[in-house]
Amino acid sequence: MNVMTADVPSEDRFAAMLRTERMPHIWCPGCGIGSVVTCFIDAVRRSGVDQDKLAVVSGIGCSGRVAGYVNFDSIHATHGRAIPVATGLKLANPELTVVVISGDGDLISIGGNHFVHAARRNMDLVVICINNFTYGMTGGQVTPTTPGSATASTTPYGNYEYPLTLPFLADACGASYVARWTSLHARNITQSVEEALTRRGFSFIEVITPCTTLYLRRNRLGDGVDALQYYQNNSEILHGIDTRETAIELQGKIAVGKFVDREKPTYLDAVTRCNAKVIGDDYQLYGKTEPEKKSAEAKKTEDQVTAGPVSGGHS
Amino acid sequence: MMSTTEIRFSGFGGQGIIRCALITGKALSLYDDKFATMTQSFGPEARGSACSAQLVVSAQRILYPYITAPAVLMALSQGAYDKYHPEVIPGGTLIVEEDLVKLGDHDPRLQVWRVPATRVAESIGNRLFTNLVALGFFTAVTGVVTAEAMKRALPGLVPGRFLKVNISAFEKGYEHGVQARGAAAP
Amino acid sequence: MNIVHADPRGVDSGAHFMDGDHAIAEGALAAGCRFFAGYPITPSTETAERFAERAPEVGAMFIQMEDEIASIAALIGAAWGGQKAMTVTSGPGFSLMMENIGLAAMTETPIVLANVQRGGPSTGLPTLTAQQDMFQARFGSHGDYNIIALCPDSPQECFDLTVEAFNLAETYRTPVFIMTDETVGHMHEKVVIPPADHIKVVERNLFTGPKEDFRPYRFDSQGGHPMARAGAGYRFHITGLTHDERGYPVMTAAQNQVVVTHLIEKINGNAECIIRLEEDQVEGAEVLVISYGITSRIAVRAIAEARKKDIKVGALRLITVWPFCERRIRELAGQVRAMVVAEINYGQMVREVERCAAGRCRVISVNHCGGAVHDPAVITQAIEEACR
Repeated sequence: MNVMTADVPSEDRFAAMLRTERMPHIWCPGCGIGSVVTCFIDAVRRSGVDQDKLAVVSGIGCSGRVAGYVNFDSIHATHGRAIPVATGLKLANPELTVVVISGDGDLISIGGNHFVHAARRNMDLVVICINNFTYGMTGGQVTPTTPGSATASTTPYGNYEYPLTLPFLADACGASYVARWTSLHARNITQSVEEALTRRGFSFIEVITPCTTLYLRRNRLGDGVDALQYYQNNSEILHGIDTRETAIELQGKIAVGKFVDREKPTYLDAVTRCNAKVIGDDYQLYGKTEPEKKSAEAKKTEDQVTAGPVSGGHS
Repeated sequence: MMSTTEIRFSGFGGQGIIRCALITGKALSLYDDKFATMTQSFGPEARGSACSAQLVVSAQRILYPYITAPAVLMALSQGAYDKYHPEVIPGGTLIVEEDLVKLGDHDPRLQVWRVPATRVAESIGNRLFTNLVALGFFTAVTGVVTAEAMKRALPGLVPGRFLKVNISAFEKGYEHGVQARGAAAP
Repeated sequence: MNIVHADPRGVDSGAHFMDGDHAIAEGALAAGCRFFAGYPITPSTETAERFAERAPEVGAMFIQMEDEIASIAALIGAAWGGQKAMTVTSGPGFSLMMENIGLAAMTETPIVLANVQRGGPSTGLPTLTAQQDMFQARFGSHGDYNIIALCPDSPQECFDLTVEAFNLAETYRTPVFIMTDETVGHMHEKVVIPPADHIKVVERNLFTGPKEDFRPYRFDSQGGHPMARAGAGYRFHITGLTHDERGYPVMTAAQNQVVVTHLIEKINGNAECIIRLEEDQVEGAEVLVISYGITSRIAVRAIAEARKKDIKVGALRLITVWPFCERRIRELAGQVRAMVVAEINYGQMVREVERCAAGRCRVISVNHCGGAVHDPAVITQAIEEACR
């Protein structure tokens, strides 16, 4: 079932932003990750962000493989550490637009602490969490977002833990943009990602997606088409709703929409403002004033040391 | 080969003991053409009751960084005096805060100096300068380091706005030391 | 390899009375490090504090991350973002960083990490000295890989070897560790920071050719293959998975052989260029005392005592601890009667000495767990025993 009838970009438009030499990908038929990737690269195209100035960082898991399929500077990090790697990348090279695409287990369970603190700092990142309620790559274990009573390979008699509501978490931690869609809402995802790419601060987009092979099958919820049908019947667009009202119960209502969109200084804004107070208005991260740059360039050419041992000065 | 001199500065936390060792070490190694290695006790013990910093001074590069036979002990508290006087070498120098330390059964071969550092500091406005008064006194009676070098070492180690008053505290202590030496001369 | 003079903005030239922790921060700034991510832990925190204080005036980025895992992960991002990056930690934090040290080794990312060692295991002795993480430095992350580790014995060497650590990291595209200890970290001595034009700095080797020719890796057992900076248009991909020269996952035994061999041999194969040792009266010695870091300064007193008793004692100080000086130990094992290895742990580097001596001389471990340096008399006794 193709739910993106009207607005599907042609394959050629995709090709430039995908590492087509790496296809076919590893994702199962009916999986929602591919839909999110499609929406993401369409949003990049629409946003006008330079393909060479955008970087993608993923963690580990099925969604963690996104970084390897998209044709940008990309890092496939360790499990849970996509956000701190992205933080280093962004702070080292502020001209980059840095996007984290990963899963619920990666970003919220093992990487939960980093999620909390990146949102708190309003770190200038776009974080897309592909939430399929399960660990797909390791075989369908319970995650912090698995709805109560759903079964997983490590909750074979039903999940007895309380799940996290991600828009509420992101909001409470200080994210400046929070949206949620399902993988059915292709145009809305694209629009939200485009908004996130063109604004500043910590932007969080949760996309509810089906894991057909594990979560759906184990819980007898049908196939990918059934999942999209469920999304269509049970999701309700509630822009601006209080994020405390966005919890998801097993096969229950899914509140979708843009919940938070607020302006506040990013981490780098705050650093620059503080350091300019200390150093003065000519403070510039990594930077030099123009005359300083020129004299440094001239000196560097002069100073090229052509030979000799590398030494830290130890004798 | 000139032998090394080992010095222990001691007192209770908050008296500026570590600062004394830092100033003396910096003065010796940057302005008196000597080598100095400073080590200190870290952790809760450095903040709480007993506090000690050790300085090894030599004309040559220092290899072994710890003190084992101190020739000079400056003790600004009773606890410091009680704990550390037994380690001072015979003929060594003991400097104590006159009002805070009641002398006991230390080795009679030690050369003992008593300095009213707290009272002098209070007379120039604040007992926080006690360490600098004691340091001035130490400089005069031991001759380990020059007063000139000590004063040069102060910027960066005392807050800029208190530099002048710290220098005058040092000088007051130094004068006391010079007088004490004069009085002790045969 | 492009060697330039240090950028004067980072170099606080002149004589200082400084502790080892502060000297590490100054060495990093002199070497061109402009990115520091860290998390407070005794006894290493002073390095972070110094960097934080100096960062605005140098135009460097300092960030206190939420934990040590985030700190080292941020370094990997920052390195591929184009900056020279470092962190500093101690035992428990070093343990937390291990997984991403593996990622840095696997992705051949140049980063520098200082471990100001304290007594362990676990929380151990937070404020007291130790050399108990020496094997963790070499083998702490899972899988086979290699690293470089340097061991300063003074605040001056903390400065010098931090500059060198950055140069080695860039030269071989590898994580480099400064394995110091609480004693050296907190010891104040004179540190002379040379003028900027006396400090040689290895620049990042960046690829400049056509996009279609760019490969992030070359498995030639050499190291130093050019990298790309994110945003430069090369659209690199790096992963912790076993990968080919394009950086794409290739999950086969054959490719693992290729990648791991390269990671290990690029350092082992260049060991003679990397390793630095300090030797004293080694020729004709009957007994050789081997030590590193603060312990080598304690051993000096023991050696002096032994020499007073007419024992011919030589001293070997490991400035480079990893890669281990295998060739030199093999040579010397055929010349001395015994090697005495002194270190503040239950016996770690002594295993390497035993392996290389291979039974050709006695190897005596003067081990001593964390919390304090050796009593020199114990080392003297071992030297005497070695002569019997």
